[in-house]
Amino acid sequence: MNELLKLLEDNARLSDEQLGMMLGKETGEIREMIERFEAERVVLGYKAIIDWDKTDKESVSALIEVKITPQRDRGFDRIAEKIYNYPEVESLYLMSGAFDLAVMIEGKTMKEVAYFVAMKLAPIEDVIATSTHFVLRKYKDKGVVYGADPVDERLTF
Amino acid sequence: MMDYESLIPSAVREMKPSGIRRFFDLVGGREDVISLTIGEPDFVTPWHIRVAGIESLERGRTYYTSNSGTPELREAIAGYLARRFGAHYDAKTQIMVTVGGSEAIDLTFRALLSPGDEVIIPQPAFVCYGPLATLAGGTPVYVETKERDRFKLTPEALRAALTPRTKLLVLPYPNNPTGAILTREELAALAAVLEGTNVLVLSDEIYGELTYGRTHASCAAVPGLAERTILVSGFSKAFAMTGWRLGYLAAPAPLFPQILKIHQYAIMCAPTTAQFAAVEAMQNGDGDVEMMRTEYNRRRRYLTAGLRAIGIDCFEAEGAFYVFPNISRFGMTSETFCARLLNEHGVAIVPGNAFGDCGEGFARISYAYSVEHISRALDRIEKFTSSLA
Repeated sequence: MNELLKLLEDNARLSDEQLGMMLGKETGEIREMIERFEAERVVLGYKAIIDWDKTDKESVSALIEVKITPQRDRGFDRIAEKIYNYPEVESLYLMSGAFDLAVMIEGKTMKEVAYFVAMKLAPIEDVIATSTHFVLRKYKDKGVVYGADPVDERLTF
Repeated sequence: MMDYESLIPSAVREMKPSGIRRFFDLVGGREDVISLTIGEPDFVTPWHIRVAGIESLERGRTYYTSNSGTPELREAIAGYLARRFGAHYDAKTQIMVTVGGSEAIDLTFRALLSPGDEVIIPQPAFVCYGPLATLAGGTPVYVETKERDRFKLTPEALRAALTPRTKLLVLPYPNNPTGAILTREELAALAAVLEGTNVLVLSDEIYGELTYGRTHASCAAVPGLAERTILVSGFSKAFAMTGWRLGYLAAPAPLFPQILKIHQYAIMCAPTTAQFAAVEAMQNGDGDVEMMRTEYNRRRRYLTAGLRAIGIDCFEAEGAFYVFPNISRFGMTSETFCARLLNEHGVAIVPGNAFGDCGEGFARISYAYSVEHISRALDRIEKFTSSLA
């Protein structure tokens, strides 16, 4: 079961039939397992990993450290919700250490990111401080090395 | 004018080039070929192992090591063999580090064979045993293993091949090209046949980490075999370290110094950088091996199921990274089948007879490739076989 999840995490485009062949199971059995994972929200979605630098789309991403005052009774959850509801927010993590929330955000330009921080994030009640770090270059994301073009250098025999 | 031809001893002149190479020379180079021929991992050596090699260079560890290898590596190998396979060797007096498993095989033959000594070699098997045994003065005695026996050497076949001249039995399991393995019980049955003889065993366990469903049974851990076994293995297949050229040999203490002499004069010592990397592999590489084994196992299942789905009978391989399907029902020789598959559909596999005459009717397909790659090849193989129907 975990092996199926690992395979999907690595390459969600494998067909049910291919997954079945790799795991020694029937195609129908794989289909059922995946449907159950989806129903139980173990599998939340499927996405592609795209190197946008190779396209003409402009985009910048940033990591924003956020310090907040936790709310009575509800802890960090309510504030987190106020932040993650913005579609610009790619990921949001509660962190241990010097700050509380790590916000990964993507925008078209630096200006757009700056606007989000200044106009949307910082004014949220209970947000004490923010610190924005722009990503200069992505080397590796989700286990995939950017730009690497793997060539099989092995001799044929 | 030099007469080079007359300078070559007949033993060398008569050595045949590898059947794998002969086949590819025959069919020539081709563009747009999907190859499933390669006998080495597609993984790069795990990074922490490479780092250990790099660090040894940064610290200037560029000198010879002791002839049999660094004490740290020999200790690490002894610990590994005991931990993984229950095989117990003394690091100082029984283990030497060699230039790949290949050197260890060559050393064993050269140290132990006298002219006329017979070497029993089950086939299909990797191509080096016969030529190297012959060069060392021995006489190869090939024993056919059969698909119906799951390509295992049976006690009956072994008994029939034994003569008073038998010096050495080669046990190449897990097997290249068939993917066959021998279980502990099957090894014990072979041990019973050898009981009371003075026959040695060269156990080539280079694929020992790559078995699926059960842990590899080492000859060196089987009573009745252990005391007659020269264990040969290495880092190439298990740790994806082919280019580092590092293997090892473990032998009964009384034989060890004799074998070591040849290594001392011919090689001095295995590459120092590779030895430092290998210590890291032995001590912290189990997780990498497990990851690669899991991946190979997925591909093994995928390829076997894929071949069966298109009507090619395929013996269930349990080790190494090859399958050895039976292609005899297509009514042509292995070479013709493979040459046509290559020329007409651009897929390269190795004809079974490259691994001994008894490999005729079969072909070796490597799964040291991504599933996507294997999948594309299967599509083309299906086009070929359906054109034959």
